[in-house]
Amino acid sequence: MSDIPGDLKFLKSHEWARVEDNGLIRVGISNHAQEQLGDLVYVELPEVGASVQAGSSAATVESVKAASDIYSPVSGEVVEVNEILGDKPETINEDAYGEGWLFVVKASDRGELDELLSADDYAELIEHEDD
Amino acid sequence: MTQKTVLNATHRELGARMVDFGGWDMPISYGSQIEEHHAVRRDAGMFDVSHMTVVDLHGARTRDFLRHLLANSVDKLKVQGKALYSCMLNEQGGVIDDLIVYFLGDEFFRLVVNAATRAKDLAWIEQQAKAFNVAVQERPDFAMIAVQGPNARAKVVGLLHEVDRARIEKLGRFAAAAAQGPHGAPLFIARTGYTGEDGFEIMVPEEQAEAFWKELADAGVAPCGLGARDTLRLEAGMNLYGQDMDEDVTPWEAGLAWTIALDEGRDFIGRKALEAQKAAGVPRAMVGLVLDDKGVLRHGQKVLTDHGDGEILSGSFAPTLNKSVAFARIPASTAGNLRVDIRGREVPVRLVKFPFVRDGKPCEGI
Repeated sequence: MSDIPGDLKFLKSHEWARVEDNGLIRVGISNHAQEQLGDLVYVELPEVGASVQAGSSAATVESVKAASDIYSPVSGEVVEVNEILGDKPETINEDAYGEGWLFVVKASDRGELDELLSADDYAELIEHEDD
Repeated sequence: MTQKTVLNATHRELGARMVDFGGWDMPISYGSQIEEHHAVRRDAGMFDVSHMTVVDLHGARTRDFLRHLLANSVDKLKVQGKALYSCMLNEQGGVIDDLIVYFLGDEFFRLVVNAATRAKDLAWIEQQAKAFNVAVQERPDFAMIAVQGPNARAKVVGLLHEVDRARIEKLGRFAAAAAQGPHGAPLFIARTGYTGEDGFEIMVPEEQAEAFWKELADAGVAPCGLGARDTLRLEAGMNLYGQDMDEDVTPWEAGLAWTIALDEGRDFIGRKALEAQKAAGVPRAMVGLVLDDKGVLRHGQKVLTDHGDGEILSGSFAPTLNKSVAFARIPASTAGNLRVDIRGREVPVRLVKFPFVRDGKPCEGI
């Protein structure tokens, strides 16, 4: 569980948010989530310029096994998406907290960040999820 | 109550991701499901299929009984050890289950049926067997390991007792024989499978299964989960009971016409309904679909055609093809302009013949 970077915040649905130095919010899915999904084969990302709502579906990732909605941790405007994932969705399996990020949001309400789980709380959540 | 095969602890030691599969706690993958898929297409992989149900049938009228019970004709089984794939139908022609039947003696046949349908299958078989005075005996004492891939047979043969090697090496497709495995384990080896690759499905006494699994691993056979088994059988154009057909679907509508034997004078269960449906015209057909665009076809998605809607049965990403393929049931006589509704988006798909993959390679036109 110690492999979760401490600067990340989480939704219970396994998305992470990282506040960048420039104040933008980078979003991805947790390592636990990619393990559960298995090999990822397709990622459907939002358009740059699209607006996303906290807790609403903003993207879809598909593994061999299943398709999963990805919720945005914060509301705002998408300012960048990870183009690499179009050809190499497996990047998420290889580096969920780094190169496998999904999109970047310019948050409209930074207060929403306070609603998210800390890395420690998230670690505890997934520990209890496994029996 | 979840059931466990005798190899459960072995899977967990290997770090397998376990899932509930028809009431059984089974490995879906050990690491990358796609790598496991490729291991079977390119070399050799093994699957624990001990959850499947083995049923032995004994009695002087066993062959007569199977002539009545099965839609395919056991009269095709002339040589001891030969196997046959068949559907077992209800009176309406719906599929109760699909199975493999082995001819093991004049008064002895063996069935392998699905795990998820075990209880209803046994009840049905026992009910029908009474009139033929056939004894129905389940064989939970067997574990079963499927070893599949272009190098699977050679790796298994290398583990057998010397006196058995030449004979098992020559075993024909869809035939089975007994042989002695490592440490004297008595094996029942069948040249069958559910991946589209050559290989064996091997029954081994439960108490010797773990040792045999480890011998296979040491011989370079990769442990593979049921996730890879599913993508392999889909690419190979093989039906999955419960997803591609069930009791409300006839073999005509499930791409299984090739398994129906309308041999003269054989009164098998469901025959009248099948003949009536054929005479009236079969309303739906099972077809193969390829998605050339990005995205994944999934079970339950709606298929739009010019003749009405259909639905995706088995659908998945196909690792050998690096794109998605599916089986769909659509109105018969639909020829083109097919689209699939993927989360509200209409995506064009191509109608193709299946199998999608044969001998490790994409089939022509896929």
